[in-house]
Amino acid sequence: MLVIDNLCAEIDGKQILKGLSLTVEAGSVHAIMGPNGAGKSTLSYVLAGRDGYEVTGGSVTFRGQDLLAMAPHERATAGMFLGLQYPVEIPGVSNLLFLRTALNAQRTLRGEAEASGAEFMKLAKAAAEQLGLPFDMMKRAVNQGFSGGEKKRNEMVQMHILQPWFAVLDETDSGLDIDALRVVSDGINALRGPDRAALLITHYQRLLDYVVPDQIHVLMDGRIVQSGGPELAHKLEAEGYSAIAA
Amino acid sequence: MSALPTRRQEAWRYSDLVAVARHWPVAVETIDVPAGATYSDIIRAADEGIRHLAITIGAGGTCRLTILDAGRSYGRIAIDVTLHDGADFQLGAILIGRGEQKIELVTTVRHIGVAATSRQIVRAVAGGTATTSYLGQVAVARTGQKTDASQSFKALLLNRGATANAKPELEIFADDVKCAHGATVGEIDAGALFYLTSRGVPPVQARALLTRAFLSDALDGLDEATTEALDAEITAILEASS
Repeated sequence: MLVIDNLCAEIDGKQILKGLSLTVEAGSVHAIMGPNGAGKSTLSYVLAGRDGYEVTGGSVTFRGQDLLAMAPHERATAGMFLGLQYPVEIPGVSNLLFLRTALNAQRTLRGEAEASGAEFMKLAKAAAEQLGLPFDMMKRAVNQGFSGGEKKRNEMVQMHILQPWFAVLDETDSGLDIDALRVVSDGINALRGPDRAALLITHYQRLLDYVVPDQIHVLMDGRIVQSGGPELAHKLEAEGYSAIAA
Repeated sequence: MSALPTRRQEAWRYSDLVAVARHWPVAVETIDVPAGATYSDIIRAADEGIRHLAITIGAGGTCRLTILDAGRSYGRIAIDVTLHDGADFQLGAILIGRGEQKIELVTTVRHIGVAATSRQIVRAVAGGTATTSYLGQVAVARTGQKTDASQSFKALLLNRGATANAKPELEIFADDVKCAHGATVGEIDAGALFYLTSRGVPPVQARALLTRAFLSDALDGLDEATTEALDAEITAILEASS
């Protein structure tokens, strides 16, 4: 599904990723944990193709395609989804318009028929209900006036409507209360399947109790320094990253 | 209004005077809104030229103008408004300049009556080496007590070579008034653009969507059908230009 090989990337001339390699197979969920400044968010932005993140070496292959050669909207259309740590507010653009535009842009680029108004509304209603986002909020400007938790739920609503093959979820659990964490986790689990995969980026083991990953990787100073099963999260929680660095 | 204006005149400083000469002199169009009457109009300006409107709104009368100024090499709309007691003037204006276009809007709103209200919302977008200019004066006479006036101008520059000029001007001779004004010039938010593209929206479409959202403030308060129709026109203009 996703093969990252020796990836190096920098921002403003400062090297952040220093030869990161990671393979995520279809049907699996991997988690990346790591201290602040390790390069977790940089990795997610590099995968999504954000401006300002310069890849200086290595390769990323996504479902057999050269991901790094694609523009952000092409990556999304190929099935890549980034759940943002800090979802952006877009005044003047309603959530529904935003999502319908995105869904239909993807469909058009894939040569599929656009969703009709009725079809889209059905999808949007089902997704909002599943993620516990009042439908009223779908009519409001994107993320404007949303609480931290509502923004994260909204990211998951988007993921459910767009149905990506691969989701990178950057600290989707931060800012969530326990109930919201459960709802969001259920939302992530609902999209697990043999043809899909996800990469969870998180600081806390808590999320991984609800969305149990197949593998956990520890990212430090721009590289994966250790990989293991779900038990690694508990070890990290108990001993901290410094135990690994030592 | 017979001598050709010069660049020394503040209201003409950013004009294309060669183009102005082609349309000089300009006939003033007068609109009288009688006391208690309601007037509204949508002005679509797409051909090179200058218009000068002089609007008088009688006591308790209301006037709402919506302007969509796009697609012309040079365009200028000047509006002089005089408000009597309790009159209301609302202007929502959208200026879209591309290529080397120069689009100007000049408003002079005179509050001579008591408790009149006025609001101008002007949104401008400039790409290429286009220039959009807004000169907006609110003049409150000694007799204009309890005036409630507001003016908001925001411009979006799509390129480094594009220009937006803003000149808000308040002239107040009454002491019990509310006059608010604001002017900003900015660019498309890079974070919002990335967000849209990361969800699969091609950049051209994403920029058009963000630009239209930015401009839509000027349509605030119009009925749904009118808003939708104007929105569609604006989208067509923005997508054609990008």
